[in-house]
Amino acid sequence: MILWIIKRDLLLAMRRRSDVLTTLFFFIIVVSLFPLGVGPEMNMLRMMAPGVVWVAALLASMLALGRMFSSDYVDGTLEQMLLSPVSLSGLVMGKALSHWLVTGVPLVLMAPVLGIQYDLPVEALMVLTLSLLLGTPVLSLVGAIGAALTLGLRGGGVLVSLLVLPLYIPVLIFGAGAVEASTAGMGFDAHLSLLGAFLLVSLVFSPWATAASLRISMA
Amino acid sequence: MSWESWSDFFAMGGYGFYVWGSYLVALLCVLGEVVLVRNRRRTLHKQLGLKDKSSL
Amino acid sequence: MTINWFKYASPASFYFLAGRMIPFFIIAAVILLIIGLYIGFFVAPTDFQQGEAYRIIFIHVPAAWMSMFLYVVMAFWAGIGLAFNTRLSSMVASAIAPTGAMFTFLALWTGAWWGKPMWGTWWVWDARLTSELILFFLYIGFMSLQAAIDDPRRADKAGAIIALVGVVNIPIIYFSVQWWNTLHQGASVSLVQSPKMATAMLTGMLIMALAAWMYSIVMVLMRTRMIILERERHTAWVSELKEGVSK
Repeated sequence: MILWIIKRDLLLAMRRRSDVLTTLFFFIIVVSLFPLGVGPEMNMLRMMAPGVVWVAALLASMLALGRMFSSDYVDGTLEQMLLSPVSLSGLVMGKALSHWLVTGVPLVLMAPVLGIQYDLPVEALMVLTLSLLLGTPVLSLVGAIGAALTLGLRGGGVLVSLLVLPLYIPVLIFGAGAVEASTAGMGFDAHLSLLGAFLLVSLVFSPWATAASLRISMA
Repeated sequence: MSWESWSDFFAMGGYGFYVWGSYLVALLCVLGEVVLVRNRRRTLHKQLGLKDKSSL
Repeated sequence: MTINWFKYASPASFYFLAGRMIPFFIIAAVILLIIGLYIGFFVAPTDFQQGEAYRIIFIHVPAAWMSMFLYVVMAFWAGIGLAFNTRLSSMVASAIAPTGAMFTFLALWTGAWWGKPMWGTWWVWDARLTSELILFFLYIGFMSLQAAIDDPRRADKAGAIIALVGVVNIPIIYFSVQWWNTLHQGASVSLVQSPKMATAMLTGMLIMALAAWMYSIVMVLMRTRMIILERERHTAWVSELKEGVSK
């Protein structure tokens, strides 16, 4: 079931490739704007890089949240899904995972290239990619709750950022912290394990909370 | 009693600006909330045609 | 001695009960406030380290306590409303949010005005200050979500979910911020109160906290009464109220 949803959503995303590219280019542009704002001092940029890349990833992943359920909501597919006998949590999990595949994975793949712009050493680039790989699914899963709650509301796009961004803070802290620890020559395993823990917790709880939110929003 | 005079009290040992700045804003917040709640109550009672028996 | 407590879970009876209780809580709040301020300004001695500036503590700490306590209470009632479909508890939850947000703002504001003379800056990225700021965002998110939804039952339930998700996240957020803060220890900020705080200071602070608590009860009861009226305006008991046959 989950696989079926993922396959379907990926197919739909491939038909509307511009959406995927918009998110990716938003990420690239935001990261590239920072040096223009603060100046090309390499030492400072190296220090700022983890935070900048992570904040940009947060914003990019949040921007795409509105699309997670809205098109299915508009054409009535979502209502059919709610009525179908399969578990709604599983369905939601599939939607969140395909959201991650469409918006998160491109960010993970792009991050090392952007890290080079900031002159990060090779090890830090690897840690950055790893931390994004563990962290971005959490963003999609937590974001799904916000997307489900604001479904069909006017001004939902701005509202979702208000609801979801405070909840992203732990991921931001430990994601950027891992990269900082590696540039400072300290161990970064603890950060990555914590990110992994966040991922497991959100995998367990988020589909359930999102399913409840969807039922509320569609009632 | 640690105050010699009223001006001593208002000076707060040189920290008057900060102490009274905090207390003033606290007062404004509380008053503002009370006014907002009472306004909302008045319009509601007007809409429903209730007589405002008490000011609570 | 069998009082049917569930009677008061109906909005109509709660409306009248709350109306009778409000005056007592107002009196309690005013008396406690006067005693608290008197102790705070005239009994509590000057702090030997911070001089008179520490007197901000009498609003700062109660405001910070109330901001956290009210969020938990709000999430609790919202959760009850979601689980048992009791309308009244959801109404109480949405009545709590503005007062909670007000106390959060007050805690941040007084924190800044205390920080300036003591640490030399209006704001430090201290773990407690940062968490309080995030708490403020959570309150704002809860209120904006409820404001954006027209259907009151959907607003109640959606608010409950976001409040509960917030409550689960608060410890995680707090510990990550704390950890982040120890890593980035910049200018040393050690405003740990000495354990032997003068008893008068402690008493004043506790009484002010009680006053803040009573004040919150008054505000929440008043707001709940209005939410009840707004939502039940087409019911029989409200139209009886209009004709003036109410108790």
